[in-house]
This record gives sequence, C-alpha cells and structure tokens, in this order.
Amino acid sequence: MRVALFPTCVNDAIHPRTGQAVVALLERLGVQVDFPAAQTCCGQPQYNTGYRRATEPLVRRMAGAFAGYDHVVTPSGSCTAMVRDNYPRIGAKARTEGRGDGLARAAASLVPRVLELTEFLVDVLGVSDVGAYYPHRVSYHPSCHGLRMLGLGDRPRRLLEAVEGLELVELPGAEECCGFGGTFAVKNPDVSAAMGADKVRNALSTGAEVLCGADNSCLLHIGGTLRRADAPMRAVHLAEILACTRADPTGTGWATPRARSSA
Amino acid sequence: MTVPAKGSSRERILARIRAAVQDAAEPPPVLRDYRDSHQPDDPARLLDLLAANLADYRAVVHRCTGAELPAVIGRILAERGSRTLLVPDGVPEDWLSGTAVERVRDHPPLAPDRLDAVDSVLTGCALAVAETGTIVLDAGPGQGRRALTLVPDHHLCVVRTADQVVASVPQALPRLDPSRPQTWISGPSATSDIELDRVEGVHGPRTLEVVLVG
Amino acid sequence: MSDTYLGMPSFPQAKASTRDTRLRANLTHATRTIRDKRARAVAELDDWAQLREAGKRIKDRTLRHLDDHLVQLEQNVTAAGGTVHWAADAAEANRIVADLVKATGEREVVKVKSMATQEIELNEALAAEGITAYETDLAELIVQLGEDRPSHILVPAIHRNRGEVRDIFAAKMGEWGRPAPEGLGDSPAELAEAARLHLREKFLRAKVGISGANFMVAETGTLVVVESEGNGRMCLTLPETLISVVGIEKVLPTWRDLEVFLQLLPRSSTAERMNPYTSFWTGTSDGDGPRNFHLVLLDNGRTDTLADEVGRQALRCIRCSACLNVCPVYERAGGHAYGSVYPGPIGAILTPQLRGTASAVDASLPFASTLCGACYEVCPVAIDIPEVLVHLREQVVERDGPGHRTERAVVRAGSWLLDHPAALGAVERWASRTRGLHPRRLPTAVARAWTDSRDLPELPEAPFRDWWRKSR
Repeated sequence: MRVALFPTCVNDAIHPRTGQAVVALLERLGVQVDFPAAQTCCGQPQYNTGYRRATEPLVRRMAGAFAGYDHVVTPSGSCTAMVRDNYPRIGAKARTEGRGDGLARAAASLVPRVLELTEFLVDVLGVSDVGAYYPHRVSYHPSCHGLRMLGLGDRPRRLLEAVEGLELVELPGAEECCGFGGTFAVKNPDVSAAMGADKVRNALSTGAEVLCGADNSCLLHIGGTLRRADAPMRAVHLAEILACTRADPTGTGWATPRARSSA
Repeated sequence: MTVPAKGSSRERILARIRAAVQDAAEPPPVLRDYRDSHQPDDPARLLDLLAANLADYRAVVHRCTGAELPAVIGRILAERGSRTLLVPDGVPEDWLSGTAVERVRDHPPLAPDRLDAVDSVLTGCALAVAETGTIVLDAGPGQGRRALTLVPDHHLCVVRTADQVVASVPQALPRLDPSRPQTWISGPSATSDIELDRVEGVHGPRTLEVVLVG
Repeated sequence: MSDTYLGMPSFPQAKASTRDTRLRANLTHATRTIRDKRARAVAELDDWAQLREAGKRIKDRTLRHLDDHLVQLEQNVTAAGGTVHWAADAAEANRIVADLVKATGEREVVKVKSMATQEIELNEALAAEGITAYETDLAELIVQLGEDRPSHILVPAIHRNRGEVRDIFAAKMGEWGRPAPEGLGDSPAELAEAARLHLREKFLRAKVGISGANFMVAETGTLVVVESEGNGRMCLTLPETLISVVGIEKVLPTWRDLEVFLQLLPRSSTAERMNPYTSFWTGTSDGDGPRNFHLVLLDNGRTDTLADEVGRQALRCIRCSACLNVCPVYERAGGHAYGSVYPGPIGAILTPQLRGTASAVDASLPFASTLCGACYEVCPVAIDIPEVLVHLREQVVERDGPGHRTERAVVRAGSWLLDHPAALGAVERWASRTRGLHPRRLPTAVARAWTDSRDLPELPEAPFRDWWRKSR
C-alpha cells in the first residue's frame, strides 16, 4: 500500500506540526507515508473565491504529484471536499468550454484516492483505537466540510473516545459554522468575527482545555479568536491528539526531525 | 382564447424559455419511491392519529356514534352559547335534531357582514387526513361555499369515520376533484409571525371543533 | 472597508447588524426556535430523502419543459373562466395589475403575502396610481405599518420582537383604519387579536384581492396558496375580483405532484405537519369566491436564470425559508443586509440572478456565505446553494467587478507560486525566518480585517517540506 501525505498548503507553511503528527501516527500504525515534493495547494481558496481557471493548473499538479499512490491522506476536511466535490466540476466545465478531457481525466484519476485522515484511519485501516494517550478535557468542533460535505459522521468522535485519558465533552452548537469560510473571513470580517465569538463562547462553556478540530483553517480562526481573548483554551488538530502517546504525551518527540528519524 | 399578437410578452417569454433550455439535458425521471402512507393499515389507529393530530394543532375533537351525533352537536352549541347557526345546503336534517338554536341559511347568499354576525357554522367535509390532522372541504353537499366556513368565529365540522378518513396526503389527492374549490384545514387559524411563537386564532375561525362519527 | 484586495464591499449592512444587540437577540431567538421544530417535523417522515429527491426531479423536469407546462396551464385556467396575462418584467406586471384594478373602479385592494408582488414592488406602483394596497398577513402588516422592509421570506417581521410590534400597532393602526385597542399588551395572542380587529373591516368590504401562489397545476389549471392565518382565504374568497401574480417557475405538471410538495413545504417552512389553511381554486366557480380571476405570469429575470446551467436550480425554490433559519450569516447579518425581498442563502443566489450583479450589494451577495452547507442540507428541493454561490462568484470576478483587479493580480501571482513548489518553499522559508518581525496586528485593511478580531498564527521554525527533507 503506497500512501502519500497531502498535509495541505496551510499546514505546510503555517502548521507543520499537524503534518508531522500524521506522519508519526501513521508510522506508529505501520503505514509508510511519502511526501511528494511536487505538491502545493489544492486550490480551494482560489476556487471558492471565484477563480476557477486559476485552480486548473493545481488540479493537474495534484493529479501528477500523487500519481501512483494508492491513497492520498490529508488532515483537512475542506481540502478533501475540494478535491472530491469540485475537481470533477472543474473538469466537466473545462470540457463544456471545449477545452478537452484532460482536466476531467486528471480529476477522475485522483478523486477516489483522496481521503480525509479519519476516513483513512477508520475505513481503510479499520481502527478507532490508535493507541493514543492524551490526559485532557477535550471538546470537538466538527468543521462544516467534514460534517456536511464528506459526511465524516462519528469517525472523529470514535477516534477521540478511544484515546486513553481523554475526557470528551459535548460542544453546544457543534454543527454551526465557526465563521472562517476562507476569504469570507476577510471579505466579511464582522460577521465572521461574530460567528467566531459565538463558537468560542460555546467552546469555553464546556470547561474543556482543548478544542479539537480536523481542519486547521477553521482552527486558525477559532484559535486566533481564543488567543486574542487570552482564553484558557487552545485549539488543537485531531491528528496531534492522536499522535500523542504515553511515551510522548506532549508530542514534543515527533515534532523534531532527529527524534522522528530515530523512532 | 384570443391569439396573442406576435412579439407579445407571451411569445417573448416562451421564446426565452425555449432558448434557455434548448441545450439542457433531459433531467432524470421522477421516482415516486416515497411512501403512500406512513401508517399501518389499521382504521382504528388511523382514527386515533387523526384525533391526536387535530388536537395537537388545537382543534377540539369529539368522538361519538351516529346515534349520539345530534346530542353532541346540541351540547357543543349550548356550551358555547351559540344563538345562531349557519347551515349550508346538504347538512342532514337529523344532525340538527338535538338543538333549538336559530338556523341561518345562505339563501340568498349572505353578504360578508351577515356571515360575520353568525355565531357558528356547521358542516360536513369531503375527507380527513390522519397523518396531518387535516379536514378537507370541497364545497360539496353539507359544506357550502368557502366563505361560510371562514367568516364565522366557530366552525363545527363532522367527519364520517367509516368512509372519509385517509391516512396521508398521497391518499387524499386522488379522491379530490381539482375543478372544485378546496380548503384544507389543519386546526384553527394560527400565526407564528411574532418571534416564531405559534398563536392560534387570527382571521379564520378561532375555534375549530371536529366531531368524528362512527 | 475600501481596500481593493478585498474585492467586494463587504455585504454593506452586515457590520451594523452584528452590533445591533436587539436585532441579534430577536433573530437568534426566532431562528433557533424554528430550526429545532423543523428538524422534529422532518424526522417524523422516514421517507424525507425520497420526497426531497422527488421534489427536486419534478422541478427539474418541469423547468426543462417550462414552455409546454405554461401553455397547458394557460389553456386550463382560461377554460375554467380565468384570464391569463404574461408579464416580461416588473413594470409590465405592475401595469397589468393597476389597469385591472382601475377597471373595477376600486381604489383599494387587500393583499395576501406574496413574494412575487414584493419583488416587483407592486404596492408602490399601485400607490402611484392612487390605489391603496392593504397587506393582511400579520407580519406584512407589521412591516407596512412600521414603514419598514421585510427581512425574512416566511416571517417578514422576524427582526421585530413583541414589544416593538406592540409599539408599532399602538402608534400606527389608527392611521390606516381601526386603531389598536386601548392598553394593548405585547403577548403574541393580544397582538394577533388587534390585527384581526383592524383587518376584518377591510376584508368584509374588499372588492379586489391580490395574491401570489405557491403552486400552479398545469394539467388542471389549479392554483394553490398555503397559509396559516386565514387572511389568505379572506383575500381569495371574499372579493369579487382576484388577481394572482405568480412567477413562471411555480408551475407543476400534475395534480399528483402536489402530494410531494404538500409534504415538503409545511414541514420545511413553519415546521408543521400541515399548515392551518391551504386553498385550491381552478378559474372561477359559480356562487363561490371571486367572479373574476386574473393570473399574471411573471418572468422578471427568471428566464435569464433558467439559461444558466448551474444557476437554474435556484428556480426549484418553493420559498420555504428553511435555509434562512439555519444560516449562521443570516442570523447575524439580518435580512435587510441582503438588499432584496429574498434574503438569506436563497436570496444570495436568487437576487444576483434575477437582477444581475451591477450594483455593489448584488455583487456582494454571492460572497455573503462561508459555504458551510447548512442551507443545502435543509433545502427540501436540494438546491446546492454553495455550488451556485461559487458559480456566481466566478461570474462577478470574471466581469472584473468593482475592486477585483488587485485581487486578480494577487491570485495570478499566487497561481504562479503554487505551480512552482521550489519557489513556494523559498517563500515559506523566508516567512518562517522573519517570523520574529511580524506584528500582532497588521496595518493594511486586508490584514486588519483578520487581526481586528483574531491573532495571527505564529509561524513555525520551518515549513513542513523542509522538516520532511531533513528527517528523511
């Protein structure tokens, strides 16, 4: 089984820890992962802002970078949804516009192989207990794309419930959008901030130390709102929780190159 | 029908529609794989459901036998203190044998303000839908024109349970004649316009009483 | 917010709305109440998914052959004693209605709530001809008396709470007719009673009624109005003349098709198994209801929408407003921010298609969404609102709408970078190395839009791709 990691451009540039956590987690589960360096970005921000044509080279790039892998695993529901829902549309539109089948074929070759991390863990590896240890009170925010477009269902919850030491507390209004929405966050900053404030209020009401999510773009917004308020809560990606073990409960080990290569 | 002039809005709109969809693919066929009814085929349970759903939307429900009906009608009118009762053509005479209340007929058709002065109106119905708690009037015998059940503040409606109750909307429609004016009534007039808080009783009859007979 | 990188003026009124605590409280209370009720009403039917798919397909097939269905409808309405008029745009529809009213010699009409007549601003057009239109739906009455604008499809006065309604009724009813009772309280029941008294004299003397319709059945010529209060029944049955203004997309092919929509609509809109009153009429009936019936079929941008392969699904809309009630942006921005009688998610895709995107507000509407998908999930006819939003964003951007030039340049530069991984890595590396220099709040407008309410993330020591290379 050849597995490639698509950490996403956001995690590559801003939050490498999440990608590192996925590597540590998958290797612990016996899966060898690769990071094809030709990858960049799935094109979600451009596409969702109305720049479909600017996304087309990225569809080709993604298809090329991940050619030959059985699975492409990504710790982002929205980037998975971008590929799964929108790549076929981009291909179909190019065809309608008389620009051939190339994009549609590129999309079709990639789409069935791209999986969101929890889908890969639960559906492909068939695990819900990944042997993690995380002795904290945690609440879970199911980001919209994972919840409604991918239909991740209870996969993230099953993974979290199996984590030793973790106390999972219900997030009120969990299914409501946090207000990030890509460029919405800067095009409509007032509404975005109002939604973020409500999400944070609900999160803080749980008394949890950690708000867990499976999409770092949402967590940038929620986490940034939490930090601005100096709130006693931090936003942490699900992969980073699942990567923690009794041997390395804070995840400092897998985040450094030396420790990882000796693992 | 007059033939519209060329270049009329009718022709323009139809031409625009044709141009808009000429390249569109034929959409997939309609599958009617939804349920014909959500209830088991059990008349007694259907009747209970109808009563419960009518009551849930604040209709007052009475159940009785055919023999008891006149007395029930008499009691309802007496308890409400109705002095005048609007009686559409076709209401069986024996329904009224238990009341001495003054009967008002729609002959000649009553003006709206006369209807407004009537205390109650008594009708039958075309059918009733259990799943939705709906009674359907189609201006048939014993129902009168639509205004009769609209302007008075108290509507008393008799449903013959033996042959007038269906389970669901899909079962109701084939039994109704589209050429007749219909009013489907599910509880008394209501509004949720203030704070989406449901309040019964606005412009239609504020009290709906339904007698299930049989 | 004038920085050109942002592209759009953000949704013009939204900023004020998010700071209006009373508006926010009213909207939050109302939308959450109905949200939960809808979920319960829908959960009662275990075949909801099948009904939804049937509703979608019936609408799609109808739209594909809309010309045939309208011609059949026209034949059947005419055969049943009605008169059918066709209006290409709002001005023509208003002209037709005004002439019909004037032909009766009347100077006032009673109206049952109709989105189509709001869309064409019929009341204003009639007023210009010296005709007074009385809105009779409770919420429309609140809006009309308050000289306000509707902010919700189903509950146009959703932005008002009971205290505000009481004040409007007490101050204004007397100017329009029977004044509010002395010492009017603010319970919804008392307010409904005040509306009943105020409007009854108008219903009883009305000679002309104006309505829209929820459905029109082509094979029978039947129109259907779904309502709750009974004001619809009053307007549809008591006047001598009834004029119904209906969008051409409201036609259904068959009587049987109603079995789908009469299950989908009430549960999605008022969250009821069935709304209190549904009226069906086919042309005119001897001795029952209006002697004269006119149907005005309205295009007003609908055929433009129909021509758009992706956008035409908006014409499936049955105006239930479920999408408004679950929309987090609507809840915080309020209906007025959408600058149209169609607010919320459906408005954000319908208005720009019906009116075009020439104005700043209309061009901003496709961007007034986080694409969270809650609207699509509850839509009873499965309109993929996020898909259409993105599609319309593309149209706005392609048109090089106001302010998009800089944004396009940035995207173009970004596209080059994202197609050159080595250069991308270099930029990421440079950003990481200079991270100590990044301030917590940034000065330019686009950055301020983020940092006014949120901290920027702390950049890592190195990007993932560098860590990967070193650790291999």
